Amino acid sequence: MNPPPTELLRPHAEDIFSEELKALTAADTHARPPSWRLSPWAVCTYLLGGEADGTAITPKYIGPRRLVEVAVATLATDRALLLLGVPGTAKTWVSEHLAAAISGDSTLLVQGTSGTPEEAIRYGWNYARLLADGPSMAALVPSPVMRAMREGRLARVEELTRIPSDVQDALITILSEKTLPVPELDSEVQAAKGFNVIATANDRDRGVNELSSALKRRFNTVVLPLPSDADDEVEIVRQRVDALGRALEIPAEVAALDEIRRVVTIFRELRSGMTADGRTTLKSPTSTLSTAEAISVITSGMALAAHFGDGHLSAADVAAGLVGAVIKDPVQDRVVWQEYLETVVKEREGWADLYRSCRELS
Amino acid sequence: MAVRYFGIRHHGPGSARSLDVALDEWRPDIVLIEGPPEADDLISLAASEEMRPPVALLVHVVDKPRRAFFWPFAAFSPEWRAIGHGLAHDVPVRFIDLPAAVWLAPRRRENPDEEPERPRHRDPLSDLASAAGYADVERWWEDVVEHTATGPFEAIAEAMGALREGEPQVSGREAQREASMRQNVRAAVKEGFDRVAVVCGAWHVPALTTATPMSADAITLKGLPRVKVSATWVPWTSGRLAAASGYGAGITSPGWYSHLFNAPDQVVARWFVKVARLLRSEDLPASSASLIDAVRLAEALATLRGRPLAGLDELNDATRAALCHGSDAPMALIAERLIVGRELGRVPAETPMVPLAQDLAREQRRLRLRVEATAREVDLDLRKPNDLDRSHLLHRLALLDVEWGEPVEVSGKAGTFHEVWQVQWHPELAVALIEAGMWGTTVADAATARTAHDADKAPSLSAVTGLLERSLLAELPEAVTHVMGVLADRAAIDTDVGHLMDALPALARALRYGDVRRTDASSIAAVVDGLVVRICIGLPVAASSLDDDAAAEMVRHILGVHESLSLLDRDDLSRGWRATLHQLVDRAGLHGLVAGRCSRLLLDAGAMEASEAARRMSAALSIGEEPARGAAWVEGFLSGSALILLHDRALLEVVDGWLAGVADDTFTDVLPLLRRTFATFGAPERRQIGEHVRRLGDGTAGRAQAAVEDDVDVARGELVLPVVARLLGLRT
Repeated sequence: MNPPPTELLRPHAEDIFSEELKALTAADTHARPPSWRLSPWAVCTYLLGGEADGTAITPKYIGPRRLVEVAVATLATDRALLLLGVPGTAKTWVSEHLAAAISGDSTLLVQGTSGTPEEAIRYGWNYARLLADGPSMAALVPSPVMRAMREGRLARVEELTRIPSDVQDALITILSEKTLPVPELDSEVQAAKGFNVIATANDRDRGVNELSSALKRRFNTVVLPLPSDADDEVEIVRQRVDALGRALEIPAEVAALDEIRRVVTIFRELRSGMTADGRTTLKSPTSTLSTAEAISVITSGMALAAHFGDGHLSAADVAAGLVGAVIKDPVQDRVVWQEYLETVVKEREGWADLYRSCRELS
Repeated sequence: MAVRYFGIRHHGPGSARSLDVALDEWRPDIVLIEGPPEADDLISLAASEEMRPPVALLVHVVDKPRRAFFWPFAAFSPEWRAIGHGLAHDVPVRFIDLPAAVWLAPRRRENPDEEPERPRHRDPLSDLASAAGYADVERWWEDVVEHTATGPFEAIAEAMGALREGEPQVSGREAQREASMRQNVRAAVKEGFDRVAVVCGAWHVPALTTATPMSADAITLKGLPRVKVSATWVPWTSGRLAAASGYGAGITSPGWYSHLFNAPDQVVARWFVKVARLLRSEDLPASSASLIDAVRLAEALATLRGRPLAGLDELNDATRAALCHGSDAPMALIAERLIVGRELGRVPAETPMVPLAQDLAREQRRLRLRVEATAREVDLDLRKPNDLDRSHLLHRLALLDVEWGEPVEVSGKAGTFHEVWQVQWHPELAVALIEAGMWGTTVADAATARTAHDADKAPSLSAVTGLLERSLLAELPEAVTHVMGVLADRAAIDTDVGHLMDALPALARALRYGDVRRTDASSIAAVVDGLVVRICIGLPVAASSLDDDAAAEMVRHILGVHESLSLLDRDDLSRGWRATLHQLVDRAGLHGLVAGRCSRLLLDAGAMEASEAARRMSAALSIGEEPARGAAWVEGFLSGSALILLHDRALLEVVDGWLAGVADDTFTDVLPLLRRTFATFGAPERRQIGEHVRRLGDGTAGRAQAAVEDDVDVARGELVLPVVARLLGLRT
């Protein structure tokens, strides 16, 4: 049995934001596609934030409005949605909230791994039943996808490209014919209106199990980017660092905004291959340098400062995590990092402490 | 008598279509268009078979072609349609804007070179469209303006009237323009035309229709300074329509506009078909099924965004999601080929000469360089100013793809100050000149603009360096500055250290010899600093695991950098470089050739003791090493000069000891490698080395050397000293 909702480490989106969903449903006057809990317009508001009849809707996704609109419009046609992006760009987060807002249920989930069997996408058998009564619908164990088809809801497939190709291809018939044949029973399950699939995949892993072009064609692809605005990213990092610091009970003082800004600046510059002032072009390392990693650099720096330093986050505390985050390939990335240190960090005013700390480490 | 005002959006296909219909219906007996009156005589050329838009009207100051404006026209420009209508129905067409002679005149006498203020095109319609929630103003026109009951132009005039009510009274050039337009309309009415059609930017309509006393306009226009100008047509491209160039703001999507103008119906579906054809031609999958999905997604998006029609935004979003699988690369292709397009305009042969050709003719006269159809060799002595200018001119033309002269390799001719060109004029060069006319109005300007453009598009770092050298030869300081910027950016992201090392020598020469007197030396220095730092960091990695050919290449690179750095004579850079060389020679597994060469460079630079060099040589030649690597090491160390072996007995002993100790079967392997090194030495050097080696055992090597020196006939040697002293400038 699950503990009561208040004791849960992480409740489902539809439970946390049930008030907002209720307010949106009440205020929603736009047309709803069949089986949708909300209109496409209200789904966009739910994700991007706004207001519904006096209830403030918190933004769930901070990023280009355009992308959310494409995602929602895709689901409103009968094409499936593929969310692509490097790790740490809120793909799963967006897919969970889309499912919660559209179907009121984000739990029909297939977690993709290299060991995901076909049963996880089609159906399995209850062997005791099968042996006792022979093949029947009652002996069949439906997959989340099959249940979503029956109920006209959204199914979610996480990390689609990690699933072996032959298993991925089980989705083709489901997505094009909207039906799941059960040859053992000489029967089929046909999808009710409102059924659709949201898949997520990591685009650094392309080629792990590249989608066949037949399957690819059934998806509209939306690429979720890293934050485009420096202030946004600093804010995201600060919020998460605060929250994590509390959760992990690190006794250090709240990280100085300056230090966060510095780490975010370094990440952004290396990622974009261009200094913030746009004057110098740089090489980019192989590492992802996502916002999530910036958060972990700061938190580990805070832990270092708290347990081994004076409790105050200094350049030296950040440096260790920073070098580790940037240099993932010991040869190429080291060259990139050294170039960056010598041509940018060294010259920048007020960064001498960071330059020294990083030099000591490399 | 009636005057009708057609307020249009410049380059708006929607306006163009509405205008077509309106003019056909009304049948004016004169068409007046917002544009430079100086170009009136050129209008008839627009009817020529050979004229193909996009083209631009170019008006420039006669004796200063740099002062010039372009008025570009696309096939879907309302002004172009109006010209076409007038010519087809054989009614007069006139331009009624403020004369370019006034525009281009300096506003203050004391500052004749001040940049003329460019005519601005306001785009109030796009403000209206975005207020109505449309991101794509052309779709708004189609949706809202086209379907109004009163007809588009009345509605637009009304809207503009309302917009301008809140605005302050126009002044300066704007006021002069509107006064000029009013005066020209009055003149047409006075001449007795019955139905006068005025085609101008929508923004101006309220000002033209408001009653203004003629005397006020006369005062506004009185006594304005003028210059002598001349006008012509030049070919234009879609890309330059898209760039904000010359007159007015550019439009961002000429290809899309052209599509809107030409597609009879099913705008969205036809667009996706174009996209799919393009993708297929590039071997990217785009099935009809995907097209259907893309159309549906675009429409769903438009609905979600509350827009009645899908605009370019929706189409691009749908293309990215449904056809390109979220990838940017095909989107960039679509943007370049379809949204902007690659159309190149043409102008008829009887078009007046472009200013670029006039400028070239002037230069040819000034430099006394005759235009001849037969090939002729011209020998330029770059120490003479006239010849130097000729060389600059030929280099500039070459940058513009006007291949008038072809450089001839000089062999045997002494000195670097000679340049030989094969000069021959082909008729095709006139066409090339017209095409180059879009880059600028003088040879120098056009070459600068073209070089900057080429540098931005250059495929590789070495192509950029090549452009840099060429623009240095052509003496185009602005182009050099721009190319330097591109070079700095490229160098930063280039991961091939070899490319960086290739780029350095040209820069070092430029910096050292001040070829670029007028460029900002500090900007070159900054690029050089960055390059050296990057080379020093990247070299150790780049120099590992090389095969023989790559090692030879690497040695060439290293020598290039080394020479450049000695040329620059900068302590900080040289120190970093020597540290890198030390790091290199200490690296295990470094190719022998590179290791040997680097050791030699350090020895010569005084950064390595002779005893240390001897130790390294003996280590490289010792039994633990592959003999082939040892031989390569020797080749690297000794290549170029044998003197070191003559002067440093310890090194000679090491080589000798190693060679004597090589086993018989490996000796045959090593021999060719050694021969390769020693064959480069002169015969006397080889003989001396031989003599030294013979005496190594009996300890008389030193004496032998003294004996060799005794052979010198001092008296004969002294004879040349006065001449040498004069050559060196020590004595006059």
